[in-house]
Amino acid sequence: MDEIRRLPARAWGPTRTPPSRPLFPALVATGVALSLVLGVGAAGRALPPASVDIQDSKYVPQALTVAPGTTVRWINRDEETHTVTSSAGLFGSAGLDLGEAYSYTFTAPGVYPYTCDLHAFMQGTIVVK
Amino acid sequence: MDRMNRRGFLECMAWVGTGVVWTATGGILSSRVLPAAAAELTGGSFSFVQISDSHVGFKGQANPDAAVTLQQVVGKINALPTPPAFVIHTGDLTHGQKAGAFDTVAEILKGAKTDKVLYIPGEHDVFVDGGKEFLGRYAKGGPGWQSFDYQGVHFVGLVNVLKYKGEHLGALGGEQIAWLKQDLAGLSNSTPVVVYAHVPLWAVFPAWGWVTEDAEQALALLTRFGSVTVLNGHIHQALQKVEGNVTFHTAMSTAFPQPAPGVGPGPGPMKISEEQARPMLGMREVRYVLGTTPLAVIDSTLA
Repeated sequence: MDEIRRLPARAWGPTRTPPSRPLFPALVATGVALSLVLGVGAAGRALPPASVDIQDSKYVPQALTVAPGTTVRWINRDEETHTVTSSAGLFGSAGLDLGEAYSYTFTAPGVYPYTCDLHAFMQGTIVVK
Repeated sequence: MDRMNRRGFLECMAWVGTGVVWTATGGILSSRVLPAAAAELTGGSFSFVQISDSHVGFKGQANPDAAVTLQQVVGKINALPTPPAFVIHTGDLTHGQKAGAFDTVAEILKGAKTDKVLYIPGEHDVFVDGGKEFLGRYAKGGPGWQSFDYQGVHFVGLVNVLKYKGEHLGALGGEQIAWLKQDLAGLSNSTPVVVYAHVPLWAVFPAWGWVTEDAEQALALLTRFGSVTVLNGHIHQALQKVEGNVTFHTAMSTAFPQPAPGVGPGPGPMKISEEQARPMLGMREVRYVLGTTPLAVIDSTLA
């Protein structure tokens, strides 16, 4: 989870997985444990992953609604470094360069605003319901 | 420059400040195009160099290896007719603190013919670990702000990126402003002051974070001085502004250019060819002539 894999520039593969720098290791550890338990839907089916592109200094889509247990994956399509940082400190990526991605599994219903540490004007929201 | 016609040169010059000398005397700013051979410094004067935003670790369309262009800038420093007394790096040494990047920067700058290289951090040097690596290396674990006197000029290095992460703007903080007040207290109004910091100390474009939210408190402490020169980086282009006796200059990057304020969807590397980028990359020589207190600022590019 701490390991940062540096990907070659322009390698925009959908299968790459990501650096995540835990803001609070204990919280992240809890998140991992929860996602192991809750990574499948109530009916026991695996939930399809959702994705957000980071492009032209925007999160696309800016607001995304997912079911509890969904893993959301952000991929940076910009040459500029961006982060995915929970406004409430619940989750946070390291600096993502071009082609790098970050994933987080949302377990509890709620509204999760996030921003980029380097660009305050970038705002996104994940709605879990 | 030989690939450009006169009109192209003038447009480019207007954009990046290439080859323009800004002379500040008594708060009045004038500019002129540099003569082909800039005069060498005479006795009783000195020069220093500002470099900025080397972003070592960056790879992109405009620059496949930011370490190479930094090395080329060091070559330009070493070709100056008068070696600079020191070099000031105004931050973003690295592109997000990639492993080994600080070592690479230090190694390249060891090759600069100058007595000393001074560093202050950019947000790319500190947002990953809150400044631990940078401050451990360059500030002995202290807060990183600094001041010194050189041949009658007072230099102040400010750190305005440590709150960048939480508040998304450049910020100095109360502790640093209190330190600055004390630092300046004993100086006469006629002392020339040079202030350097990463994020501009004037509101270049707040929507992109190109602003230091509490800069006015610092500037209020500086207005009594007859000559204040403020050197910043962060925005990867040379812009100037005058406010009373204070002259603000932002610097080109050694790595990649960014768009003019507010042009396009956001700040970030311009997606242009290496050849197009070179006239927008470079360094700045600042000359001080004793007795007359002007500081001449000379930007030159890699083109």
